[in-house]
Amino acid sequence: MKHWPFVKILPTKTHFGFVRLGKYFGALSVLLMVGSLAVTLLPFKPPCFGMACGIDFKGGTVLEITTAPQPVDIGRVRAAMHGMNLGDVQVQGFGGPSSAVVKFQTPEDVSASQTVDEVKAKIGQAVSPVKFVRTDVVGPKVSDELLTKGLMALGGAILLMLVYIWFRFELQFGLGAVAALFHDIILTFGLISVLRIEFNLTAVAALLTIIGYSMNDTVVVFDRLRENLRKYKRMPLKEVIDLSLNETLTRTIVTSFTGLLALAALAVFGGPTLWGLSVVMLFGILVGTYSSIYIAAPIILLWGAGRGDDEAEVLKPAKARP
Amino acid sequence: MMNLSKWKVLLVVLATIFGALFTIPNLLPPDARDQLPGFLPKKALNLGLDLQGGSYLLYSVDTQALRVERLNNLTEDVRKTLTDEQLAFTDLGQVDGGLSVRITDPGQVNAAQNLLRNSLGAPLAGAPGGRDVTVTSQPDQRLRIAFAPEAFDADASRAVEQSIEIIRRRIDQLGTREPNIVRQGKDRIVIEAAGESDPEKLKSVVGQTAKLTFQMVDESVPLQEAAQGRIPPGSELLPATDGYSPVYLVKKRAEVTGEMLVDAQARFDQQTGRPVVTFRFNGQGARRFGDISSQNIGHRFAIVLDKKIISAPVIQSAITGGSGQITGNFTEESANELAILLRAGALPAPLKVEEQRTVGAELGADAVKAGAISGVVGLAGVIVFMIGMYGWLFGGISLLGLIVNGLMIVAFMSLTQATLTLPGIAGLILTLAVAVDANVLIYERMRDELRAGRSVLSAMDAGFSRAMGTIMDANITHLLSALILFQFGAGPVKGFAWTLSIGVFTTVFSAVLVTQILLAWWFRATRPKTLPIA
Repeated sequence: MKHWPFVKILPTKTHFGFVRLGKYFGALSVLLMVGSLAVTLLPFKPPCFGMACGIDFKGGTVLEITTAPQPVDIGRVRAAMHGMNLGDVQVQGFGGPSSAVVKFQTPEDVSASQTVDEVKAKIGQAVSPVKFVRTDVVGPKVSDELLTKGLMALGGAILLMLVYIWFRFELQFGLGAVAALFHDIILTFGLISVLRIEFNLTAVAALLTIIGYSMNDTVVVFDRLRENLRKYKRMPLKEVIDLSLNETLTRTIVTSFTGLLALAALAVFGGPTLWGLSVVMLFGILVGTYSSIYIAAPIILLWGAGRGDDEAEVLKPAKARP
Repeated sequence: MMNLSKWKVLLVVLATIFGALFTIPNLLPPDARDQLPGFLPKKALNLGLDLQGGSYLLYSVDTQALRVERLNNLTEDVRKTLTDEQLAFTDLGQVDGGLSVRITDPGQVNAAQNLLRNSLGAPLAGAPGGRDVTVTSQPDQRLRIAFAPEAFDADASRAVEQSIEIIRRRIDQLGTREPNIVRQGKDRIVIEAAGESDPEKLKSVVGQTAKLTFQMVDESVPLQEAAQGRIPPGSELLPATDGYSPVYLVKKRAEVTGEMLVDAQARFDQQTGRPVVTFRFNGQGARRFGDISSQNIGHRFAIVLDKKIISAPVIQSAITGGSGQITGNFTEESANELAILLRAGALPAPLKVEEQRTVGAELGADAVKAGAISGVVGLAGVIVFMIGMYGWLFGGISLLGLIVNGLMIVAFMSLTQATLTLPGIAGLILTLAVAVDANVLIYERMRDELRAGRSVLSAMDAGFSRAMGTIMDANITHLLSALILFQFGAGPVKGFAWTLSIGVFTTVFSAVLVTQILLAWWFRATRPKTLPIA
């Protein structure tokens, strides 16, 4: 085969004018971010705002039941729980026809663990035989703590990345990376809200992983950008950015693709528990790749970048200004 | 790059052997694993509760209840101390987490203060001369008596320790697989029971305070009148489960308590054949029980468990042997459970379930299967893609790197017995899929250098060394986010973070060393004029 390995098909040198399109994609991204923020934050109601809250963060009980081999009669399950003084009762099919999840909130002054036993007994009478394959109970104290911890982890991760980028690159780069990072996180939050993916510990884990990948992609582009800035000292910044993006393009595509392959397999075959995690990360890798090309690098044009030995010279006019 | 030092080769060989050795037990069925010769590792991956099924229970010890109880006891102590010394007082009550009492005679306030100070409480541990009860005088001939905050804390801490001990004793007697019981933070206890276990049974054995008391039934007021609110002071209405009466009026004073029991067993009553619980008192209990039963022949007494009456028999004759039986409304199972609870002792404070996560073993097995299938499909896709993109040689090298990487991750996880959870499997698959990134960075860099006109050798050299910085940078970002995740995460999420963190190290190792060695060998063997990927 003449064209094999296929990497040879990819042009050795691309000349895409990424920066030229940066304005438009920038505007699109701002729009998407505003939209994402709106669906994520509205209605403005803690703890999860516009997102579908998992019991990790709002407390409550989730039961997964199976009546295999018979299909589960969701109506009867619902009827069984009627009049039990439970809040926010939801019964939905889950995975297959003979499985369902039951979610509810226990009033604050009632023992959640006792209520679970009563609910199980009721469901056991209504649909029989039934097996309770999963029982999750999260009390109000624990859910508050988990939420605080989750938000602190997200904040901490962003801060740490900022510090790392700052330490490793110049401030101008750091700001670009952080802009891309916020872009990715906000859009992912938007996806979580729109697809009604449960916002829980696993979703936070997915978000943290996305932070890692988003930075990874950005760092690879920035490494090349920094190198090229030193190499081509007279080339306009805009062109250096384009050059660096083009040079790293093959790598960006290949790596994103392998990640997407694995995550797609997880989303399809990983079962309902991993579905949310994989979809969020799939999206995160896509957005992360997009943002390192169209956000992180082009945004540096807004404030410029220092260039190795010339740095002092570049900064001089700025200082001389009144 | 092309001057391979011997130690690099040795390191990779050792790492691969290490990886293979510690991975092998995972591929064998459990009985074959046990038959491995002694020098081989036998530990397989430690599957999380979400994969092998089991229960995670987080309890909090109700230290507030403990506080209330201590204050109640203190109130009675103050009353008794002052009464014994014939110091007149009024207004004894609880105020702001302490006690307040007004001494009637202004001249006796000082005496009362000294008396209480010396007779109440115990020396405070760790503070010489300090006592755990403070007595301060206040205006209007009042004294404020309160526990030192340290005393409460020490008390609470001791209660948590005791609870763990008692829970352990109870669970041991259940005969289920050894669960993991650990203290978490100040007032919490985590119980993890793996495998097929009955969480409801576990909860009912762990969660009951099991405070047993023997109290006399108050027969001075008919039950109907008492139910309408005519309750004599010193008595209370308690619900009953004995099947005869829904409530009984009993004296508050506990004549004998569960602490005086030395043994309890579930048996069958010889006459009726119904399940009963037999018990034996210690010396003190036997004496007290003997006295009370001989003084109250023909009267009822109540056997009270956690403020519920389980039996209220009439005393037929003096019971002096120090043993007896409870004929409650038992099934065989509940009699057995009560016997276990009584033998293990009462919890010092009530426990509350704060969090429960139970996964059935079947669901766990399904999850493992789903994880394995998606792993195989996903990684096969990645491998096909890499070989398609970079050819047999370069694609194959990344595949070998991937294998060494995978072996090392599994080996590390088996060796450290870190918990592998379902999200952890996802993390593992993702790590391996993106591990080829390092190869891609190296290959692309080599292509760049070739394009820039370098010779094959120098392009490989430069490509390799220049990609290194980027590989490090890129992996540090992963490591940072994984570490944060590890710091905050609980249970399954922690497993995810752990897998990612191990993956970062093994990825850098295998991408850098394995790729380097294989490429160098290939170069030496063939002295190529060009790279197949250029």
